[in-house]
Amino acid sequence: MANPALPVSRPLAGEAPASYARATPAQWTEAARRVHESGGRLVALWGADRRDAGEAFCIYAAFAGAEGLAVLDLPLAGDHETYPDLSGLFPCASRMQRAVHDLLGLVPEGAVDLRPWLRHGAWRPSDYPLRRDFDAEAFRANAIEPYAFVRVEGDGVHEIAVGPIHAGVIEPGHFRFSVVGEKVLRLEERLGYTHKGIERRFRDFTVAEGYRLAGRCSGDSTVAYAWAYAQAAESLLAIVVPPRARWMRGLLLEAERIANHLGDLGALGNDAAFGFALAQFSRLREDWLRTCNDAFGHRLMMDRVVPGGVAVDVGVDAAGALGARCRSIGAEVLTMREIFDEHSGMQDRFITTGRVSPDLARELGLVGLAGRASGRAFDLRVDFPVEPYSRLEVRKVVHAGGDVAARVRVRFEELIESLRLVPAILDSMPAGETRVQLPDPRPGAFGVGWIEGWRGEVFVAVEAGEGGRIRRAHAHDPSWQNWPLVEHAIMGNIVPDFPLINKSFNLSYSGPDL
Amino acid sequence: MIPILLKSLRTGIVTEPAPQAREEWRVRAAQVNDEILKLLGRALVIREVDAGSCNGCELEVNALSNPYYNLEGLGIRLAASPRHADLLLVTGPVTRNMEEALRIAYAAMPEPKLVVALGDCARDGGIFGASYATCGGASRVIPVDVVVPGCPPPPRAILEGILAAVRAAAG
Repeated sequence: MANPALPVSRPLAGEAPASYARATPAQWTEAARRVHESGGRLVALWGADRRDAGEAFCIYAAFAGAEGLAVLDLPLAGDHETYPDLSGLFPCASRMQRAVHDLLGLVPEGAVDLRPWLRHGAWRPSDYPLRRDFDAEAFRANAIEPYAFVRVEGDGVHEIAVGPIHAGVIEPGHFRFSVVGEKVLRLEERLGYTHKGIERRFRDFTVAEGYRLAGRCSGDSTVAYAWAYAQAAESLLAIVVPPRARWMRGLLLEAERIANHLGDLGALGNDAAFGFALAQFSRLREDWLRTCNDAFGHRLMMDRVVPGGVAVDVGVDAAGALGARCRSIGAEVLTMREIFDEHSGMQDRFITTGRVSPDLARELGLVGLAGRASGRAFDLRVDFPVEPYSRLEVRKVVHAGGDVAARVRVRFEELIESLRLVPAILDSMPAGETRVQLPDPRPGAFGVGWIEGWRGEVFVAVEAGEGGRIRRAHAHDPSWQNWPLVEHAIMGNIVPDFPLINKSFNLSYSGPDL
Repeated sequence: MIPILLKSLRTGIVTEPAPQAREEWRVRAAQVNDEILKLLGRALVIREVDAGSCNGCELEVNALSNPYYNLEGLGIRLAASPRHADLLLVTGPVTRNMEEALRIAYAAMPEPKLVVALGDCARDGGIFGASYATCGGASRVIPVDVVVPGCPPPPRAILEGILAAVRAAAG
C-alpha cells in the first residue's frame, strides 16, 4: 500500500539512479521532512512556468538519499504563487528559493530571508525572466539597487567591502566583512554578478545542442556539466550510450579533476606565501593541459561529452602519452606532498585555519570535496557508480579535520587516485562505437543527470518542448551548498587568511549565478 | 629546505619554448618588450576584469603566469587595481550585473588606456548572446582595441592579443 502522506513515484530512465513524483503541498513538506530525518540531502531546487501547457507554475526539488535521487514536482494550483519553504529543514535551500523568486516570482511560504539574490536591479521587481510572458527587452541599464547587508553593531566593529572586482584574476562577487581589528566577526556574501540568464537561454537550443551551454555554466567543470547534461538528455530520450563512450566520459572527467587539483594545490601554496608550490604545480598543470589538448583536442575538454556519447576518441598514441604523463606527474606529486607535509611554515597556515566542523557541515549540507574534508562521506563515483566507475573500485577520500589542511589533503589524495584511474581506464577501455544517433524527443519528456565533478555533485534536469527544443533546463552547481559554509569557515579567523580559506573551497561563481 | 632546493634544481628552467621554437619565442619576447618600451617606456601592467565569464578564460589568463609562458619575465604584470593598469583585459559577455563595475574600472584607469576583449563572450556575447542579463560583448560598454577569439583562447593567443593591442596603440 502506498503511503498517502508521500507522493507516488516512478523511476526515471537513464544512468542516474533517480525517481520522479508529483506531489501535493502536504506531501512536499512530508517528503522533505523524511529525507531530512534519514540523513538525506537537498541537491537542487528550481521552478518552472508551465502555464503554456494549460497548467500552472511548479516547483521542483531533487533530494539525495540511500536509493539515489528523488525528484519532486509540486504543481501550484490555480493562480497560486507560493509553496512551502524548505530552508527550515535544509538551510542551503534559502538562496535557491531567493533565486527562484527572482526568476519566477514564486514565494516560499514561511521563509525568513526574502531579499533578492540574482536580481541586482537589471530587471524590475515585478518582472520575472523565466515566466513565459516576460518581456525580454524590459531590462534596465545600470540599475543597481541597494542591498540590505546584515549589520554587526558594537564597539570597534567596522566593515570591509570587497568586490565585485577582486584583486586577483578570479571571478566577481562581493564580500562584506565585519571585523574588529584583524579578526573577522562575520562575513556576508553577495553573489549573482555573473548571472548570464543561462536558464532562459537554454530555451533557444534543442535538446541535442544544449550540452554546449551546459558546459559553460562553470568552465572549470565543463566535463562534469556536459556529462550531467548528456545523462539528462539520454534519460528523457530513453537511450543508452555505447560502452566505449561511457569509458571515454570517465577518462575526461578524471582528466578534469587532475587539472583542477593541480591548479588548486599550487594556488593554495601560493596563498600561504609559498611561491615555489605555485611554480611547480602550475608547471604540472600546464604539462597536463597540453597532454589533454593533444589527446582530446581542447585544453579544458569543452564540448567533448555530447548527448549520445562523446565527440572524441583516443588512439593508441594519445593513450600512451596520457599514461606516461600520469606516471611522471604522479611521481612529482608525491615529492610535492612530502614538501608540503614537512614545511612547518605552510602547515602553520593550513592547520586549524577556516575550520568547518563535521557537525556544522552536516547541519548546513556541505557537499563535494569540501564536504569530504569535513567528514561528509559522499562521492557519487563510489555511492552510485556508473560505468566505468562500477568497474574501477574508486577510493573514497574522507577526512574529518574540516580545516584548510584537510581540504589540501583531500585534494592530494584524490589527485593521486585520479592519476591511478586514468591509466586504469585506458587499460580496460572497451572497443567500439563512441556515439549513437539521437531520436526526436517527445514534448514533455523529462530527464535528469547527476555527476561527481571535481568540486562536487553537478545536477542537471531537462524537459523537452516542441520541435526538439528545450522547454526547461536547470543546471545546479555544488557551490550553491558550499558558499554559505565559507561564511562560517572565516569566522574568528583573521582577514589575511580569507584568500587562503576561500581558495581551499575554490567555489564557482558562474555555476550558481547561472 | 633541502627537498625544496633539490626539487627546484631538478626541475630547472622550463620557460618556453624548447629548441626549435625557442628562437621564435626569443624574437617574440624581444618584440613584446620592444613594443612595450616604445609605447610606454616601461613595463606593461594589466588589470583583468571578469565581466561574467564561465571562468574558463580566467584559467587561461592564470596559465600565463606559469613557468612556460613566464609573463612577468616579459615585463608584463597583472595588477590588483585598474588605477595601476595600462591595459584592461575583459572576459565574459558583460552581465548587466557587472556592467557598472566594468565602467568604473575603465574610468579608473589612467590615460592612455588599452582594452583587450578576451574570448568569444567578450567579443559578442558568445554562446550567451545579448539578453535581459547580458550586454552581448565588451564593446557595448567600453571602447575595445583588440578582440581575441576563442573559447577560451589558449595562453599564447592571449599573449598575441595583448601584443596586438600594444602595437595598435603604438600606431
